[in-house]
Amino acid sequence: MQNDNQTSNRKALDNPSFTEHLANKTGRQYWRGLEEIAETTEFREMVDREFPEGASEWLDPVGRRNFLKLMGASLALAGIGACAKQPEEKIIPYVKQPEEFVPGKPSFFATAMPLRGYATGLLVESHLGRPTKVEGNPDHPASLGATDAITQASILGLYDPDRSQTVLSRSRIASWDSFKTAIAAEVGAWKAAQGTGLHFLTETINSPTLADQMRQLMATYPNAVWHQYEPAGRDCVRDGAKMAFGQYVETTYRFDKAEVIFSIDADFLLTMPGSVRYSRDFSAMRRTSGEMKGMNRLYALESSPSVTGAVADHRAALAPAAVEQAAWAVGAALGVPGVSAQGSSPAVDALGKAWIPSLVKDLQAHRGRCVVVAGDEQSPAVHALAHAMNAALGNVGTTVVYTDPVEANPTNQAASLAALMQQIDSGKVDTLVVLGGNPAFTAPADLKFAERYQKVRLRIHAGEYNDETAYLSHWHLPLSHYLESWSDARAMDGTVSIVQPLIAPLWDSKPLHEVVSILNGTPSATAYDIVRAYWQGAKSAPAPASAAAPAPGDSTAAHAAPVAVSAGPVASIAVNGDFERGWHQALYRGMVAGSALPPKSPTLNGGWATAAAAMLAATPAAADAFDILFRVDPMLLDGRFANIGWLQEVPKPLTKLVWDNALLVSPATAKQRGWKTEDVVEVGYKNLTVKVPVWEMPGHADGCGTLYLGHGRTRSGRVGNDVGVNVYAIRTSDAPWRAAAATASKTSDCYRLVTTQTHYSMEGRDIVRYGTLAEFMANEKFMEERHHEPEIVSLYKEHTYKGHAWGMAIDLTACTACNACVVACQSENNIPVVGKEQVNNGRAMHWIRIDRYYEGDAAAPAQHFQPLTCMHCEKAPCETVCPVGATVHGEEGLNEMVYNRCIGTRYCSNNCPYKVRRFNYLLFTDLDTPTYKMMRNPDVTVRSRGVMEKCTYCVQRINSARIEAKKEGRMIRDGEVVTACAQVCPTEAITFGNINDKESRVAKAKKSPLNYALLADLGTAPRTTYLTKLRNPNPELEKGA
Amino acid sequence: MERLQSPDARGIAPNPPVLAKGYTYDAITEKISDLSLNPKLTKGWLGGFSIAITLAGCMVVAIVHLLFTGVGIWGNNQPVGWAFDIINFVWWIGIGHAGTLISAILLLLKQNWRTSINRFAEAMTIFAVACAGLYPLLHTGRPWLDYWLFPFPNSMGVQQQFRSPLLWDVFAISTYASVSTLFWFVGLIPDLAVLRDRAVKPLARKIYAILALGWRGSAQHWRRYRIAYLVLAGLSTPLVLSVHTIVSFDFAESLIPGWHTTIFPPYFVAGAIYSGFAMVLSLCIPLRKAYGLEGFITARHLNNMAKVMLAMGLVVGYGYAMEAFMAWYSGSPHEMGMFINRTTGPMAWSYWALIACNIVIPQTLWLRRARRSTLWLFIISIVVNVGMWLERFVIIVTSLYRDFIPSSWHTYVPTIWDFAMFFGTIGFFLTLFFLFIRYVPVISIAEMRELSHEVEHGHH
Repeated sequence: MQNDNQTSNRKALDNPSFTEHLANKTGRQYWRGLEEIAETTEFREMVDREFPEGASEWLDPVGRRNFLKLMGASLALAGIGACAKQPEEKIIPYVKQPEEFVPGKPSFFATAMPLRGYATGLLVESHLGRPTKVEGNPDHPASLGATDAITQASILGLYDPDRSQTVLSRSRIASWDSFKTAIAAEVGAWKAAQGTGLHFLTETINSPTLADQMRQLMATYPNAVWHQYEPAGRDCVRDGAKMAFGQYVETTYRFDKAEVIFSIDADFLLTMPGSVRYSRDFSAMRRTSGEMKGMNRLYALESSPSVTGAVADHRAALAPAAVEQAAWAVGAALGVPGVSAQGSSPAVDALGKAWIPSLVKDLQAHRGRCVVVAGDEQSPAVHALAHAMNAALGNVGTTVVYTDPVEANPTNQAASLAALMQQIDSGKVDTLVVLGGNPAFTAPADLKFAERYQKVRLRIHAGEYNDETAYLSHWHLPLSHYLESWSDARAMDGTVSIVQPLIAPLWDSKPLHEVVSILNGTPSATAYDIVRAYWQGAKSAPAPASAAAPAPGDSTAAHAAPVAVSAGPVASIAVNGDFERGWHQALYRGMVAGSALPPKSPTLNGGWATAAAAMLAATPAAADAFDILFRVDPMLLDGRFANIGWLQEVPKPLTKLVWDNALLVSPATAKQRGWKTEDVVEVGYKNLTVKVPVWEMPGHADGCGTLYLGHGRTRSGRVGNDVGVNVYAIRTSDAPWRAAAATASKTSDCYRLVTTQTHYSMEGRDIVRYGTLAEFMANEKFMEERHHEPEIVSLYKEHTYKGHAWGMAIDLTACTACNACVVACQSENNIPVVGKEQVNNGRAMHWIRIDRYYEGDAAAPAQHFQPLTCMHCEKAPCETVCPVGATVHGEEGLNEMVYNRCIGTRYCSNNCPYKVRRFNYLLFTDLDTPTYKMMRNPDVTVRSRGVMEKCTYCVQRINSARIEAKKEGRMIRDGEVVTACAQVCPTEAITFGNINDKESRVAKAKKSPLNYALLADLGTAPRTTYLTKLRNPNPELEKGA
Repeated sequence: MERLQSPDARGIAPNPPVLAKGYTYDAITEKISDLSLNPKLTKGWLGGFSIAITLAGCMVVAIVHLLFTGVGIWGNNQPVGWAFDIINFVWWIGIGHAGTLISAILLLLKQNWRTSINRFAEAMTIFAVACAGLYPLLHTGRPWLDYWLFPFPNSMGVQQQFRSPLLWDVFAISTYASVSTLFWFVGLIPDLAVLRDRAVKPLARKIYAILALGWRGSAQHWRRYRIAYLVLAGLSTPLVLSVHTIVSFDFAESLIPGWHTTIFPPYFVAGAIYSGFAMVLSLCIPLRKAYGLEGFITARHLNNMAKVMLAMGLVVGYGYAMEAFMAWYSGSPHEMGMFINRTTGPMAWSYWALIACNIVIPQTLWLRRARRSTLWLFIISIVVNVGMWLERFVIIVTSLYRDFIPSSWHTYVPTIWDFAMFFGTIGFFLTLFFLFIRYVPVISIAEMRELSHEVEHGHH
């Protein structure tokens, strides 16, 4: 096969007519002439494909040499390839528009990342046409300049060499042309049959253009059926809205206006869509600096520990049934019309003594300034209750905003998928086109998707990876990454962003728009034209995105799949009637002005309470049952990111587990059942079983266990295959989030789980300082008075800083351990992934880590988070011990690492009391994979083996700001240098700047009486300091608060 | 002859003699030089040598693998940046100390019993330093750049960082290695001349002749030799104290609980002498047995070395006690945490094994019977060697793996390559030692003749 390729290429190059022509041409003509003379099919293909056949061999290390040979040949034609691929679409830089590409000077482009039906607006850093770093768009409502860890890691997704690179026909390499030819015949047949037997399966669609395309597609094939399925979808949210209001609405929360928050198992700070914005708003209400001297108060009920629960002022861990009962008890106590307490259990009764009355009092005291949030995994009944509570508390329109749904065609997706399965069984499905998603892996186990799928005559799959579903399909079409394609997407408030590509597709992939266009019989349209054409149609004011939708659970309705997408654009992009100007502006700003959906105020259905109570009663709540809770993995979500090493290796926020999932159970439950961490248990639900290791998780509710989705992939790529356990194997369509009365029995096996933090206790040491708001209000200096710092005397001369002196302050109150900083740092600083074995050996390379400590009772522990970077000590212990002077004190106070000079004695690391240094014990950096070379930040040295490394305070960013400042002959201004961690932080926990400038934000933060240095008594005088963590417990519930 | 059995002038009567009776100059010369010139290739030597060189081969494999793959083949990690590499380094350096102590300090103190053991003790020093030196050179992440540790004129204009104890180490160890080698070699010159004169095979004659540097045994030669030897002894003497003091600075200068201790310099020196004497015993007991050298290395020698060990063991024990005291007296939660963790944590076995090996078991040496039992002394010497290795393990690993911030605590597990390197250097050491006893007089012929004269006629 490889040899064949070689010979065919050689043939193309040796083509006599080709060389002849070349001989006669020179200079510019030479290139232009080549295109004209290129007539042989091999040559044509070569030009079109940019890389010769066999380029995919670079995946295979053995084939790499072969590839290099081919590459050598193709270099001769590289110029032509580039000419042929030059995109004609205009892309607009956001912040600075360089007159030309200046090497070493990045440009930033606004775009957006769609995920699970919601978009986050981004600014992407591009170095000479290579996107290298993702940042949030400060103007975008879902970002405000921050992103989450997953968005940060999407850059690695772009350059993932395991992404699908070519069209596959029955798992063999094919081309788009062959697909177009093959499908042309089918299209004729579909048209003739009006689409009977033609089914589409999509993920949640929030792209207005794509929604319009789907509408057109359904118009072309009126009998075709459109199904939707998102494995970690929001069916409960939709159905809850439906139950409460009789219609689908989008619920967004304004935590920046909420003083009391009641979370019913809602992880709105991490895994809930919109969490980045929510985190920002939430933490903005927990600041004690500046004008505001108050804090919001968060009450959280939850079964499975989440970061939201961890930062809550009052958290109660309850079994899932008890969470519902407690929610009802609160609803009843609030006097929500039609709500009476449902059932009881000892745990809820215990809460009823003080917790619930205090909460209710607090909520009632903050009418219109509080909010009740129900988690995506809670039943529709709980969502309906939350809506009713918010209505009763007068929160609608203030802290809770309802709009039309952001997604194009809301429906109960579980029912939609079930209907598809039913149709397959009845032989009505002739062709199934899977447009995105990986249902063969993610579909509920009882639906036996893989089995049924194979009964369909023609199976087409479009996806970014050659995954489990692609493997079972006749055709697999590679989809472009969002950074490679034109598209559009709506944020949670409806704001539209135009998704503009940062780079031409790395491989032979196409955006989904073009695939849909091919299916619709217009195979030549480009995504750019499709998206523009859609928006050019915009004349009118924003139109509602959805109309009536089928009732939840109604499979016949879902089967009929009415296309609830209105014709015409959802918003006008034109500015004063000028489309081009509006288009440019939308690209430049990263969003379409005024495209947010208007708020609406739906009225509660009269009968919602009865329906909800009935639904609640339908779920049996056996006293001694073992419930399994399914949750999205905080980093991998539903498994689509399994092949992204950064996300596998970033420690999960609470467990600090890497490269695995586990059955999380409370220590009490583990003890009761005779389990220990790392014991393998067999979990069963409805004749389905899976073997999974146990992880004892302090703070987990008793009598239930949590399984994270997204692991155990078999065809995700080299990184994600066989990592962890696939728990979709026991996830059924009737129990997507909670498998009540599951079985679990210990096996004799053991499985090693790896974490980055093996010790959870602070050992009584002064590490994370914390107090309560009340203490702070009573005496601002209470922390300083509690800890007397010793006077430090030093033998060495003090450093003096004439110019800048960089420093950092980290607000422990704000940190939610969302990991965004960890991944952002990894992306910014070219930090390698080392793999499970090496993490187990204690060689994880993250420059910033988030320590997590437990305190108190294992059943209800206090949890503390502390991000740790290099402290850049004034008296750095590492500097004095390096024999070769490879780590030195910079004149602006940075503790600088000179990689070139480092010989790797590791003495500096031994002597670092914070243990923030990282050593390249082996060659961890992948120097071979070509795409990774494109991904790396050119401003940061790529480290080789044997070299120590650590946080540099993003010195490359300081230097680039310095260049700008020097050009203008001034000091660097406050805010001009933002480290990657500070920039990405959704809660703005990290402040960085010049501490010599007394007006800088960081200098002010350090002046706070809450400011303290970690291990101050060692005399290291760290430049990074912490702001004491404050909580705001209800004085009624916590004495001394 | 009669006089030898009666108490001698200095009243060492209760002790066995430092040289057995009946050795004339000729007998001494013959007995010792024959070991080199007319060796019987015993099965013992061949067997021992093959085992040793096989182990040394392991070391070569381990080093090649290390150079190609990186220090990641070892178990070192974050936070345990140093482990077997530095443990073994300190252990070997410590072992070397006895040699210098015996040859230099005991020479200056005119302890005549040192004569029979100083030659191979010095050889042991050099070989141990060779083994020790390998570790710091190889433990760096980029060993090919180790030369940056040495001050050399360079176009980069970069100097070493003189505040780092690691750099002091470089100077201390290299000085130590060169002075020890010189001292050993100077002491060898008269004996090499003897071998030259007695060698029959032309090649051996030639090589010994070159090495003997034209020694003719004239009075002038002897005079200069004596002065040179004394000067070198004088130079070596401070090194006994300084080398391990500086090695201890690697730890004492840092701020890690368990390292940051002022008692380290004396405590390390005592530990070094302790382990050095243990190693001398471990080597000389089999050696004297195998080559019938009981007449030269008498029970008196063993007894004296046992006493030194006992004394040093007590000093080391004081060190352990002070560590415990300071952990409490400091009032620092980190210091106390370190000590509690050492004694009760997951690696407490190493601490208690160390106490057993270094403190408890050697107390038997108070008994004369124990000091007179060759077998028991041999066992104790091995136990102390193990104990001293454990001491470095305890100091290095159990301090690093749990330091200030509990979140970065991480255990340490050595890999097969750690062991390959460790046993490999033992093999390398033994290989050198086997070659030494084969080709070089293991006991100083000249000094033994002198000793025999002194024993015969009393010291003048």
